[in-house]
Amino acid sequence: MTDDHASELKTALQIRNLNFFYGKFQGLKNVNLDIAERRVTAFIGPSGCGKSTLLRTLNRMYSLYPGQRAEGEINFYGQNILDPKQDLNLLRARIGMVFQKPTPFPMTIYENIAFGVRLYESLSKGEMDARVEWALTKTALWGEVKDKLQQSGLALSGGQQQRLCIARSVAVRPSVILLDEPTSALDPISTAKVEELVHELKADYTVAIVTHNMQQAARVSDFTAYMYLGEMVEFGKTDEIFIKPKKQETEDYITGRFG
Amino acid sequence: MNEKLYRRRVRANVIGLTLSMTAMALGLFVLLWILFILFKNGVAALDWNLFTQSTPAPGSEGGGLANAIVGSLLIVGISTLFSTPIGILAGIYLAEFGDRSKIAQVTRFVTDIMLSAPSIVLGLFVYAIIVAQTKQFSGWAGTVALSLIAIPVVLRTTENMLRLVPGSLREAAFALGAPQWKVTIMVTLRAAQSGVVTGVLLAVARISGETAPLLFTALNNQFFSVDMEKPMANLPVVIFQFAMSPYDNWVRLAWGGALLITLAVLTLNIIARVYFRDRGGQR
Repeated sequence: MTDDHASELKTALQIRNLNFFYGKFQGLKNVNLDIAERRVTAFIGPSGCGKSTLLRTLNRMYSLYPGQRAEGEINFYGQNILDPKQDLNLLRARIGMVFQKPTPFPMTIYENIAFGVRLYESLSKGEMDARVEWALTKTALWGEVKDKLQQSGLALSGGQQQRLCIARSVAVRPSVILLDEPTSALDPISTAKVEELVHELKADYTVAIVTHNMQQAARVSDFTAYMYLGEMVEFGKTDEIFIKPKKQETEDYITGRFG
Repeated sequence: MNEKLYRRRVRANVIGLTLSMTAMALGLFVLLWILFILFKNGVAALDWNLFTQSTPAPGSEGGGLANAIVGSLLIVGISTLFSTPIGILAGIYLAEFGDRSKIAQVTRFVTDIMLSAPSIVLGLFVYAIIVAQTKQFSGWAGTVALSLIAIPVVLRTTENMLRLVPGSLREAAFALGAPQWKVTIMVTLRAAQSGVVTGVLLAVARISGETAPLLFTALNNQFFSVDMEKPMANLPVVIFQFAMSPYDNWVRLAWGGALLITLAVLTLNIIARVYFRDRGGQR
């Protein structure tokens, strides 16, 4: 299913024969996929199709919950993420995640960013200030918050909170950023800002985004994967998926005849 | 629209509202009555001597509650110092780490029993294991008894408040690569902070009025003493003994002490509410 252009790109995450189980229920069925480095890959599909589940295997978020398990292999620059010996904290520092609802920590805006950075780096006050400014500038939030860095992150608007959360992930300089429906709780203007941001992030990061909004997938992504009932139905370049999908199911979903 | 159904609903509404307003008025009336009597008798006892002189000997004039006030502050204060860390740490364990483990289930069960156990039983228990062994009523024994009452209160509120913190906030912290203890201390506990502090304040309010457990443990002391190994004066027991005495000045002091405790508990409750509203309202 990989097309010609994709093969020229380096692969950040190689997913092979991935099966996922919530107890006895199988959430993912034999998923195979290559996520290209420094590109945006979107996962679309109806609710419950497994797109969020797939995202949560990539940083082993599911490991927080007993009873959830994954089989198969996810190759991340030579290491298998699913290896039981995998250090989860280190993995999550390299593969960041932003959630559906903004989740600012109950601390100042500055501390929200510094919290993650301090986990793995010991920076001087000046270096930390620079890093905070860098992350906030990167997420186009600096201008709006530079005078209130010592205010609570909870005092920001929903859209600003979500960009703060993205800044927080960016600040630890991961190599991959996972976005789980990052705009579903935001108004159209905030959504546009986040989308613009996703576009800029791919210069430095590999981005995987789950979205319910097909226009969004079409706007922001380079590659799109259509999933249904835990299976990867079709994967390819976003243009091709949206203009001439190979499978009827994909076309039905994209044109709104289904889902 | 069905006229009959609508009228029935209006009638049910009037009846329900009347019943609940009556119940509220009744409750409020009793509360205000208590406060009125308390203030009427208590304010008369309030003077400078109340805070500077110790409890009077039988038959002597005047006197104050200095020894009882200091004793109560010591016993309640030290109990709070003991029970707060134990309660909070155990609450954290139950909410964040143990969860469904056997030991957590047992702890929860025991806590529930402790919460509903009559305080006189806890007093008797401490009497049996400390006072009867050392053959000495003491401030320490009182402290242990009050701690046993406070720990389950702090523990349960801490656990419940931590459970109110949305899982998404924990996930977000884990997603940055934070180890669990950092997630718990720097994110989850901080998010639940106002609730946990409120729990501690309510526990303090609860133990500052407890009388039964102190009767068997700290007992009372007619003289000013800060020796925790000796019997220690405290407001609840002084009120208990003085209120039933034949001496007018003793009865007056009992009212004064009752007013002091009520004001202290009221203040704590108000602080707890204001704190919870101000800090809790942010999220």
